[in-house]
Amino acid sequence: MSRQFVYQDDELIEKPFNWKQMGRLLTFVKPYKSDVTKVVFVMTVFGMLARLAIPFLTMKAIDNAIHPKNGDGSLSLLVIIVSIMLAMYGMRWWAQRYTIQQTNEIGQKVIFDLRAALFRHIQSLSFRFFDKRPAGSVLVRVTNDVNSLQDMFTNGVVNSAIDIVQLIGITVILLVIEPKLGLAIMITVPLMFIVSSALRKNIRMAWQVVRIKQSRINAHLNESIQGIRVTQAFTQEKENIGFFDGMNKSNIRSWNKASALNQLFGPIIEVTSAVGTLILLLYGTYLIQSGTMTVGVLVAFITYVGSFWEPITRLGNMYSQLLISMSSAERIFEFMDERPAVPEKEGAKPIAELQGNVRLENVTFGYEADRPALKGINLDVKAGMSIALVGHTGSGKSTIVNLICRFYDTVEGRVLIDGTDIRDITIDSLRSQIGIVLQDTFIFSGTIRDNIRYGRPDATDAEVEAAARSVRAHDFIADLPNGYDTEVEERGNALSVGQRQLLSFARALLADPRILVLDEATASIDTETELRIQEALATLLQGRTSFIVAHRLSTIRHADCIVVLDHGEIKEMGNHEELMKRPGHYRNLVDAQYRFLSA
Amino acid sequence: MDIFRGLKDYYWQNKGLLWGSVAGLAIATALGLVYPLLLKTLIDDMIIPGRYEGVTGLTLLAVSVIVVKAGFQYVHGFWGGRVGNRLAYRLRNACYEKLQQLSFSYYDTARTGDLMSRLTADIEGIRQFIGFGFAQLLNTGLLLVFGFAMMFTIDWPLTLMTLVMIPVLGYVAIRFEQNIHPVFRSIRAAVGRLTVRVQENIMGVRTVKSFAREPFEIKKFVKENVDYRDNHLSLASVWAKYFPMIEFIANVSVAALLLVGGWRVIEGTLTLGDLVALSGMLGLIVAPLWTLGFQINGYTQSKASGERLLELLNQPVAVKSHTKSLVLDDDAVQGHIRFEDASFRYANRDDLPSALLGFELDAPAGSVIGLLGGTGSGKSTAVGLLLRAYDVGEGSITLDGIDIRHIELQSLRKQIGIVFQESFLFSTSIKENISYGKPNATMDEIEEAARLAQADGFIRELPLGYDTVVGERGMGLSGGQKQRIAIARALLNKPKILIMDDATSALDMETEHEIQTAVRQVMAGRTVFMIAHRISTLRRADEIIVLERGHTIQRGTHDKLVRQPGLYLETYRIQYADRPEDLDHYEKNADGSGERRVSG
Repeated sequence: MSRQFVYQDDELIEKPFNWKQMGRLLTFVKPYKSDVTKVVFVMTVFGMLARLAIPFLTMKAIDNAIHPKNGDGSLSLLVIIVSIMLAMYGMRWWAQRYTIQQTNEIGQKVIFDLRAALFRHIQSLSFRFFDKRPAGSVLVRVTNDVNSLQDMFTNGVVNSAIDIVQLIGITVILLVIEPKLGLAIMITVPLMFIVSSALRKNIRMAWQVVRIKQSRINAHLNESIQGIRVTQAFTQEKENIGFFDGMNKSNIRSWNKASALNQLFGPIIEVTSAVGTLILLLYGTYLIQSGTMTVGVLVAFITYVGSFWEPITRLGNMYSQLLISMSSAERIFEFMDERPAVPEKEGAKPIAELQGNVRLENVTFGYEADRPALKGINLDVKAGMSIALVGHTGSGKSTIVNLICRFYDTVEGRVLIDGTDIRDITIDSLRSQIGIVLQDTFIFSGTIRDNIRYGRPDATDAEVEAAARSVRAHDFIADLPNGYDTEVEERGNALSVGQRQLLSFARALLADPRILVLDEATASIDTETELRIQEALATLLQGRTSFIVAHRLSTIRHADCIVVLDHGEIKEMGNHEELMKRPGHYRNLVDAQYRFLSA
Repeated sequence: MDIFRGLKDYYWQNKGLLWGSVAGLAIATALGLVYPLLLKTLIDDMIIPGRYEGVTGLTLLAVSVIVVKAGFQYVHGFWGGRVGNRLAYRLRNACYEKLQQLSFSYYDTARTGDLMSRLTADIEGIRQFIGFGFAQLLNTGLLLVFGFAMMFTIDWPLTLMTLVMIPVLGYVAIRFEQNIHPVFRSIRAAVGRLTVRVQENIMGVRTVKSFAREPFEIKKFVKENVDYRDNHLSLASVWAKYFPMIEFIANVSVAALLLVGGWRVIEGTLTLGDLVALSGMLGLIVAPLWTLGFQINGYTQSKASGERLLELLNQPVAVKSHTKSLVLDDDAVQGHIRFEDASFRYANRDDLPSALLGFELDAPAGSVIGLLGGTGSGKSTAVGLLLRAYDVGEGSITLDGIDIRHIELQSLRKQIGIVFQESFLFSTSIKENISYGKPNATMDEIEEAARLAQADGFIRELPLGYDTVVGERGMGLSGGQKQRIAIARALLNKPKILIMDDATSALDMETEHEIQTAVRQVMAGRTVFMIAHRISTLRRADEIIVLERGHTIQRGTHDKLVRQPGLYLETYRIQYADRPEDLDHYEKNADGSGERRVSG
């Protein structure tokens, strides 16, 4: 094998059953407690009654109506008994219908609540949370992990309750009708228990291996489809096919093993239950022979014992299912227990209309504890000023704007807006007055209009259009098949980078923030759009405090103040003319642009 | 059935196992019919007449019937599982191979999620049906035929009466299938929408938070969540309607048999033993019938899955090697590229004009070609045609005078190194990523390529250096770092032709300059295509071609283009001449330093 792709695996360990987590899951069922009780009641009383009554009625029909020991058969009695049977069947029809409907309703509501709670919680989490996780892993929690609990909540909870009732019911019936024979058969229960739990544990482990291999395959598939152009350009198709074959083979091998074990389960249980049959028939006929039991009882026992193993097997399956669900539950609760890294302070007040004065006082910050990204930054920005932040990757430009937006909290020092520490302002009111245009503009699926309106949902169509006109986006929008109502799919792929950027300018302008942040917003703009962007920027910046992170000289040089950063510290500050007058980082940077041009 | 015929190659090799599994299940079912007969013998012939001596033997026989039945049950499960797994293995490999072959044009419109679900969920559906569903469906059929045949020999009028149930059940089962099918489809769609909603929210989390629009996002999500729930509830409604109904119909036939049969026993035209036997058999036939709905459902699901898989497997490959295509001698290749009146239009996009029209270019080995233009101008299309990501519509492209369509695809692509606009890295170490195109590269070669791409420095600063795992699940790299690794990957092979498609956009000018210098060194005597928005990137090209909507609007060297009105000069002015005196400064500076300049 040529190349080894690396895919992180989930751990393969069998965790003990976690009651605390189960309790936590059950709190989501709590609101529907009375519904659960109703279903269990209906199914046990009506559904089970019908089921347990049928063998009895059949017996009565044969013994009393069709072939009574003495006298002739009675057709009218037969009609009556069959009518009762039909009534029982009808009752069972209704009870089952009700149960299926209700169990699903309860289950789906629980799943709905759980998913909504999880999503709501994730929305409250800060950037730090998203920084350290690939988008896929968050997605899987909200979709797959929640879905895998679906079966447990729809069928699991109610059916387990029904099964337990049925098991108790049959046990009681067996012991009441014929205690000795009943007890003798109960002896096989522990045997059944030992055999099935040993087998089940192996099956579970085998499936876990399959799942891990499967998720590795999924990861590779996803990657190889997305990277197919690279693969073909570098002619690595054969190598990939070889690699995949290895993965696929190992997956199928584990699947073969799991499947073989899994298929063994049913037959093994049947063989084990044969021990029960052996006892039933031998001991049963012995009891009849010794005159302590009737044939009818034996026939009844055969029927009842048949439906005795059923709930036991189902409960066992349920338990296995539960253990698997537990790992999903664990992952869900891991997210639920995350606390936002930027919490809303108690007593934080919403801020009224901002002026736009921003002050950084001795600000120190690091994304990781031992690596400071900013060291003792002091910056005083008056309302309406435009600040350009310049420096190499990792110099701290973006970090400054991240702190102003309070995507992170400072480690030392503080950020003040109009003289108020931003931690004393509610996060909502702070961010709704700061507009941010990022390098990678995110376009939501929906219409162009909805996208522009994102920051201010109540804007009228006229306002949307006016904003688009001001940032020179109107022309290309008007050229689209449905103009402002054109649907953009999958992150706006049909639009060019420049067009997306113009949309995000329109979005920021419409939201009308007092403070505007452009984080490398003009980096990937193509020639076509470059001219328009220049004009758009001028409109956008007018009368606002703005922070511009950029490489392009054309974007930077009109700023009121240019801040040159290096390794988290401010090296130079001043406007273009001032900085050009003295040798330093900035002048080197500007010179370099021309030097490379003529070099 | 056409679908399963189409997939025959993937499971028919194991037809022995397949029929073995069916036979196992049929025998197990038949043995199931024996058990009640043994019980009947026990009661009628031993207990009631009081002849107890045979009880032990009969009991042991009954137990061994159970054990043998379990054995055959296992045979069915084991072989069925094997058949399904082998099918899944072959099918998945075939699909994957197909994915490797399909051309760029296929991926322009395909969605990753959709392809993924074909290779996972759809294969799973087929596995289940071929492995188990097929045998079970067949078994149900056999049970019906043999069960009713046995009943017929006992009493045909009663059997005919109970047979009335079959068309009724069949009708209900078909209705069930018809009702459940659209529900499944809309559930699929609802799951898709929910996933997209969450994915979008997470990908756009920075935008969401910066506009403080979390409540709105929650509202949007809840809408999809409601939709998901309601779709599942309508599925439950269909189940709730039909499952109990099927069971009820089956139960009614049992009751009807008891009533009419009982009546005839009273009349004296039927024996009690016959009635008991008929009831017992009907019970056994009826038992699996209620799963018929499930089985039919499994059949239609897997049919739909098979359809999607065949659609993928039968997808025509747009660009492929001809049978008599030429394999290039790597050492002899010069790298002389010519585009002659090349035109191209993307398939399925008739609404769009040609992406490239009458493109002419002569790039002798050793030349550097620059391409400039807005989105959709045709720059990437031109280099895509060279890579044979697509084949030209009209005109031709030649490499050293040979039409590239006559060159074996792999052999052609081996001559070309490309850095794509979006730098895609695989989930593996940086080392493996750089050596992607040449898996047996030495560490020295890898480091050399990284140094040329200005990547060696930052790679060494990473905790695990060249062994650091990158990609979606790996270490987060900045856009500029990814681009540099992608450049190193393209340079490692020392290709005869290098394409850099906007490959340095995320780099600062100094780094870019260093890379340019390195590329010039490595590519001396070889051909380079540069697509860029920055004048500084294109400046040194031997020929710069300015494209707009597929047309070549300007061409020439930097010095020529900067002296004629047009898109190139406009771009130049924005990037360098926001102060008019800067341009003068540059002119003076250039003249003063006596660098290579074409005057006038």
